[in-house]
Amino acid sequence: MSVLIYLIPISLFLGGIGLLAFFWAIKTKQFDDPDGNAARILFDDDAPDNEAG
Amino acid sequence: MNTAVCPACVAIPNEKIEQIRTDIGALEISVPTIHCAACIQKIERGLNALDCVFKARVNLSLKRVSIRHNDNPNCEDIIMDTLANLGFEAHLLDDHKLNQNGDDIGRGLLMRLGIAGFAAMNVMLLSVSVWAGADGLTRDFLHWVSAAIALPTVAYTAQPFFKNAYSALRVKRLNMDVPISLAILMAAGLSIYETFHSGAHAYFDAALSLTFFLLAGRYLDHQTRARAQSAATALSALEVARAQRIKDGQITTVNVSDLAINDRVLVRKGARIPVDAVIVKGQSDLDVSLISGETMLATVGVDDQVYAGTLNVGAPLEILVTQTGSGTKLAEIMDLVQQGENLKTKYTRLADRAAGIYAPLVHLLALAAFVFWQFYSGDTRLAVGIATAVLIITCPCALGLAVPAVMTAASGRLFRSGVLIKDGAALERLAGVDTVVFDKTGTLTTGEFSVISAPKGEDLQIAVSLAAQSDHPIAQAITKYCPNQTMLSLDHIKDIAGKGVSGMYRGQVVKLGHADWVGADTVPDHVQTWLRIGQNPPVPFLFDDMLKDSAKSAVTALQKSGMRVVLLSGDTQSATDRLAQKLGIDDARGGVHPREKLETIQSLGEHVLMVGDGLNDTAALAGAHVSMAPARAIDAARTASDFVLIKDDLTLIPNCIALAQSAKRRMLENFAIAAAYNAVAIPIALIGLATPLLAALAMSASSICVSLNALRLTKG
Repeated sequence: MSVLIYLIPISLFLGGIGLLAFFWAIKTKQFDDPDGNAARILFDDDAPDNEAG
Repeated sequence: MNTAVCPACVAIPNEKIEQIRTDIGALEISVPTIHCAACIQKIERGLNALDCVFKARVNLSLKRVSIRHNDNPNCEDIIMDTLANLGFEAHLLDDHKLNQNGDDIGRGLLMRLGIAGFAAMNVMLLSVSVWAGADGLTRDFLHWVSAAIALPTVAYTAQPFFKNAYSALRVKRLNMDVPISLAILMAAGLSIYETFHSGAHAYFDAALSLTFFLLAGRYLDHQTRARAQSAATALSALEVARAQRIKDGQITTVNVSDLAINDRVLVRKGARIPVDAVIVKGQSDLDVSLISGETMLATVGVDDQVYAGTLNVGAPLEILVTQTGSGTKLAEIMDLVQQGENLKTKYTRLADRAAGIYAPLVHLLALAAFVFWQFYSGDTRLAVGIATAVLIITCPCALGLAVPAVMTAASGRLFRSGVLIKDGAALERLAGVDTVVFDKTGTLTTGEFSVISAPKGEDLQIAVSLAAQSDHPIAQAITKYCPNQTMLSLDHIKDIAGKGVSGMYRGQVVKLGHADWVGADTVPDHVQTWLRIGQNPPVPFLFDDMLKDSAKSAVTALQKSGMRVVLLSGDTQSATDRLAQKLGIDDARGGVHPREKLETIQSLGEHVLMVGDGLNDTAALAGAHVSMAPARAIDAARTASDFVLIKDDLTLIPNCIALAQSAKRRMLENFAIAAAYNAVAIPIALIGLATPLLAALAMSASSICVSLNALRLTKG
């Protein structure tokens, strides 16, 4: 069972990276317009000023 | 050495530039008709191409455009013109009225939800090992790791519940958050105690998943409310009221609230009169249908009193402000609206009613379990454990998650079909409606005129040729009446404001216009215009208000579903009867004043839906059990209503009622699911058989059940 000493922190660390990514997404307001984001992937031109913000 | 073209650009970092730009000018514009990817692209391309716009971005969820622009003073007008040219109805939002922090609350809840979800899943993973049979040191170790994750998470993420519970307790009341907070705290407290004493049962996972599910409910609730609120602010900010003041020969656009008595104001053709005033120059026709419900145009000239809200359809007018603020006719109506709101029966929401029964019951049960086991076994630790299990298992996931899920699904569907809802409770009230009261002018009718009686042959030809020279609504109705008419060539055509059009045809004077101008006697009770050729006797054109395409099918659908339909109009009884007959409505009441409208609504029972658009309907809209206004309604009417039909389709009304009824059914079903689950789970908890595994399973299963049931609303 001593392997848990390593595995649990590793799994928490990896999960934590996901959590941080989620924080970043919230901070950059990527959840403010879910309907719009769903529609925007259909645009042909990826104009650089169309990024979230 | 820096070789950039513009050295300043390099010196200022990007964010700084953004900052400076924000300071220059930001606009929020509501564009209610945005609905697809193509619209987003069209608007963003169109606006970003403008010189004065730095950046335009569409928010499809809120149907809004945020714009950052430079200090060009005309930028606002250029943007609005561009949007109009692109074919979008746009309304400038008053940024003072917009709550900028609303999104922060949503983001905070989402953040907490994410953390709670992350922690719940990890602790659940560790708990699985415990349930699978880990014991001794391994179990203690797993419990300690769980505690290390769970305690800070609960302390942070459950704060919204703690705060609400605290503020309720402080005023000595119980709300839903009290049992929730108690369950979370007891679960965490008991678990840490058990962990210290190497106990077998820790409820860390329960405390976390409880927080997670309830936060999900809270987030959905907030989203619905934010959307509704955004719709409401969009409505109240829809028409930033502007007027054109004439001062020293200069015309400036000012806010209506800045107008003072004795200011001179120019009212262009097609604009609304902004304040109560007297005419000092010009002669015109006024469309008063939104104020009184009458379809007849009022002819006005110098020294006539005019009221705010009437539409100038004839010719430009110059008016002198006579009243502002509380003295106006509008303020009088607003007092009536206030009265209507006070008369409205108080409605307690389903969830609140359920919570009122639920919270004391749960506390009593937990207390009873504790007292019983304390005396029966004498083991406080066991007794506290069982009481905690009761609290956890009964925790109101169904109430906390299922009702918001139903509301979100329903309001999302309404939003997509073109209906704005301002308040979640309105949907519940709509479900109980048994009587529908319609206003006539502008609600069931388009407010445009259609010809019901006209001369034929050459007379008609001459009339059409004259009418084509004017853009008065009545003239337009005549040209629309016979669109393929060949035009006669007329000479000396004159469009005389407030009177009509005249010309020369084959050496004779031909006139089309007001009865007294051409020398005719008016036909009572009809919108009319007269044609006179030379000295021949004048011939009349009679008009009626055009019925909306969807009116008949909407009324029929409502009657079929067992609703009583009533027509209530400020227009004359005969005009009201004519329309009622066309639509198959038996109960039509004409000539009703605003105050009488309110009284009638009150007398028709407790579950009346009022649909209206005019200032004369506003009090009735506020006083009715639930109310709707079409998008083209006057803004006071939109503000007073619970629902606004963005699409001009009356069949949305029966659809809305049907949706409200099925939403209410879903909520009740969800309560039934929750009750059934509690009926099984509570006895198990009471006899002390509930393990953390069982609690976790039961809680997740019931939460998922009610959410899935709510989601059925989004289909079909």
